[in-house]
Amino acid sequence: MSEIDIKHNQVPTRENRLGAITGYVGTIGELNSQAGGCGVQNRERCFSQASACASGCCQGQLSSIQNVVVINHGAIGCAADAVATNVNKKSGARIRGLEYSNVRIVSSNLLERDTVFGAVDKLKDTILQAAKRYHPDAIFVTTSCVSGIIGEDIQGALEDLKPQLDIPLVPAFCEGFRSKVWASGFDSAFHAVLFGIVEPPRQVEKTNKVNFVNFRGSARNEIIRTFKKLGVEPVFLLQYATIEELKRLSEARATVSICGTLGSYIGNGLEQNYGVPYIKTEQPHGIQGYINWMRNLGTFLGKEKEVEEHLAEEEERTREELAELRAKLKGKRVVVGMGPSFGHNYTRVLEELGLDVVWTATWHFDQNYDHGDVPESTKRLAEIDDSLKVSVGDQQNYEIVNLLNKLQPDLYVTRHGGSSVWATKMGIATHMVVDEFTAFGYNGIVNFGNILVDKLTNRALAKRLASRIQLPYSEWWLGQDSFSFLQEEVF
Amino acid sequence: MPTAQNISNHNQIIDQVRHVCTLGGLQSVLAIERAIPILHAGPGCGQKLWGALGLQNGGQGSGYAGGHTVPCTNATEKDVIFGATDKLRTVIENAFKVLDLDFYVVLTGCTSDIVGDDVGEVVREFQNEHKIVWAETGGFKGSNFLGHELVLEAIIDQYLKPAPEKIKGLVNIWAVVPYQDPFWTGVYDELSGLLRSIGLTPNVIFGPHRGIPALDLVPAAEFNLLVSPWVGLKAVKQLEENFGTPFLHYPSLPIGPTETGKFLRTVGEYAGVDPKKIEAVIAENEDHYYHYIERAAEVLLETRFLPRRFTVVADATYTLALSKFLVNDLALIPNRQYIVDATPADLQEEVLKNFQDLGEGLSADVLFTPDGGEVQEDIRATKFRSRPLILGSSWERVLAKEVNGYALSVSMPVSDRLVFDRSYVGYTGGLRLVEDIYSTILADFQ
Repeated sequence: MSEIDIKHNQVPTRENRLGAITGYVGTIGELNSQAGGCGVQNRERCFSQASACASGCCQGQLSSIQNVVVINHGAIGCAADAVATNVNKKSGARIRGLEYSNVRIVSSNLLERDTVFGAVDKLKDTILQAAKRYHPDAIFVTTSCVSGIIGEDIQGALEDLKPQLDIPLVPAFCEGFRSKVWASGFDSAFHAVLFGIVEPPRQVEKTNKVNFVNFRGSARNEIIRTFKKLGVEPVFLLQYATIEELKRLSEARATVSICGTLGSYIGNGLEQNYGVPYIKTEQPHGIQGYINWMRNLGTFLGKEKEVEEHLAEEEERTREELAELRAKLKGKRVVVGMGPSFGHNYTRVLEELGLDVVWTATWHFDQNYDHGDVPESTKRLAEIDDSLKVSVGDQQNYEIVNLLNKLQPDLYVTRHGGSSVWATKMGIATHMVVDEFTAFGYNGIVNFGNILVDKLTNRALAKRLASRIQLPYSEWWLGQDSFSFLQEEVF
Repeated sequence: MPTAQNISNHNQIIDQVRHVCTLGGLQSVLAIERAIPILHAGPGCGQKLWGALGLQNGGQGSGYAGGHTVPCTNATEKDVIFGATDKLRTVIENAFKVLDLDFYVVLTGCTSDIVGDDVGEVVREFQNEHKIVWAETGGFKGSNFLGHELVLEAIIDQYLKPAPEKIKGLVNIWAVVPYQDPFWTGVYDELSGLLRSIGLTPNVIFGPHRGIPALDLVPAAEFNLLVSPWVGLKAVKQLEENFGTPFLHYPSLPIGPTETGKFLRTVGEYAGVDPKKIEAVIAENEDHYYHYIERAAEVLLETRFLPRRFTVVADATYTLALSKFLVNDLALIPNRQYIVDATPADLQEEVLKNFQDLGEGLSADVLFTPDGGEVQEDIRATKFRSRPLILGSSWERVLAKEVNGYALSVSMPVSDRLVFDRSYVGYTGGLRLVEDIYSTILADFQ
């Protein structure tokens, strides 16, 4: 189990904390059994393509908190993700009916001279200018490869400014070179919130709030209605939460998460430091995930009866439609490519819908979560069928394209920007799960099943595109084993 | 007299990015068909840069070999301590095997440039066998406009060979920065069409169906045509130095009949084209253009809530080109104009001269700053007497609501539009722009 130290300003990477890996090929049974003792050997590659880094995940999370400013202490390119984050933020604001506004990510614009002389004063100046411009409720400072390598004293700069600015000034360390697992950036963001925002409970009794870790919250209304039956109210985080809401996360009855990768750190952090229980079942995607998650939450809240009534209603309401969907989807061969929590949960969901998952690739794999256990979603898959083929790779497209070319599935289900494109170019029907609540509970699995039926019904774009375009890979490579560039050495 | 508020000082913060860092030059490589960058950089650089310059900018996705296809050494902690030239060598070797591409440009990021990896030494090992060049593009060097220039410099110096002879009438066109300008493919097509219309043979390295054969033709051109206030000046000077090719520098991207007429006359005269031929081409195109403007006159003159004044927030190329068009062809009046491309301080004065006489005796005040937040504060403080027309980026959409203006996204980031092969250049481009502006106005209250 990793001790979550909220007195210290930095969180260790997933590789160091959770034994996270980015290179593996085998079966889910092997992965699960080796992960138990953190015994999975990570394998490096002798060819690699651009993946992603922690700072994108970190800035994306922090900048979507209401009325904050994120200062990136880096070269201007490290703030380029502000553009995509702005689009994402506006989409979620539309769902939530919030103010139409731009995200606030300000770069300190490190230049060549700064790499020699340092730029702590420039950072301070950026913070002061941004504070004057926006009057935020908090300022987060994210780091970059440059600030990390030249050893900028970020904490010192923030301490110097505290007398001038009466708001939380919080560092978030997310240098790209530190971790191959971009999800380490989620932890950086959550650590910043635990370290610099969350306060001890203001009263002894818990509130009726349940912390709900998610992205943009499209299922918000459904969750509010369901939680009302259990006598609790959700507080969605981090995106669109207010600083005041975040200060009081320590007072909640429990923490739940739509994604095991996303929620592990903050959930366990709140449990270890403030006794707020974190629901550690697999995530509430599809039926079994939802049932286990709801039952576990119900137990903590003492609402077992209400949960069983709710589940029975949901089951009854969706039975017929699910049977129809299963008949249509039965036996379709599918490959999954997602982050580890979504990937392993969605593999189960696809099987609940009657599809045949022939391969599950995840962008990394955490051998254990912060509470010390192998992810429940992984254990569950190993229980169902330990021979399921799995691989782990940090968006190494050459492997995925090679694999899809060999497997020729009916469908490729993904979650990562740009991931669905390549399968489509190969004539394979695809769906990229953009919305984290796509397969949430009973409504979600019906929704997801309908999406898949539609995708399989009309494959015209994939067919036509595939007949017109060429892949950027050599014949030689497509003839090799998909994982032949994974090296045996251990690091 | 226009005044520049020059604040390109060392302590320049940047809020609301409108360009990216030097490594953004990777997209200029991808704009050359069958060429690909190999990044010696951190794991997230590529994704951030192509996201901002590509996907979220007119919906320019990965295409043939962009996005996560781009090879990268994905720098780790070990690499920044011990260096990573061996890793780079392995990635390059395997890139040749795995990928089906013809031309490679190794680009470094901040990590490699600070650590001091000798990338040139690694790349030189391959230059006899492969078409491969390299440039140091660590993000802290500045903007992707500079990155674009560094990519061109590397290709010119390390790859291009002198041509046995110049080809009469062959003209290389250098203009907007690919991807940064979401309309770039249309821009190069339209400029090529204009040259062709007066009997010249355009040569462009960027865009579909051009690629390495076009690149190989560059030293054989009769002259280089630079259509840009400052970006690309280094490249045409370097081509003059290396291959003795003279260049014509035309600062303003021609949008609409007034500037396009001037453009054709200037280029034609430089190339020795018969003036009668040029005038015939201009007359035919103006006929077409004014047919539609005449037909739309009611909309242009009598629509409710028309703007009288305009504000452009864009790079130097578009701020100048759009200002000229709106003044000369739509009779609008400039507010202060904003140039957000981090124009180098020593080039700002030259850029500014173009705003002294936009046409019709009008000049414009110009603010150079890469800080979008500062631009927006300045616009908020402006007193508007009619609903302003704001041609900027998708960042301006929120601002336009606040100041009750019309926003049309034309400059990076253009995340709210999908752009294929259209552009605002030339006569047809002018018509497209009038359509887009007045469609925005008409749709606003309906």
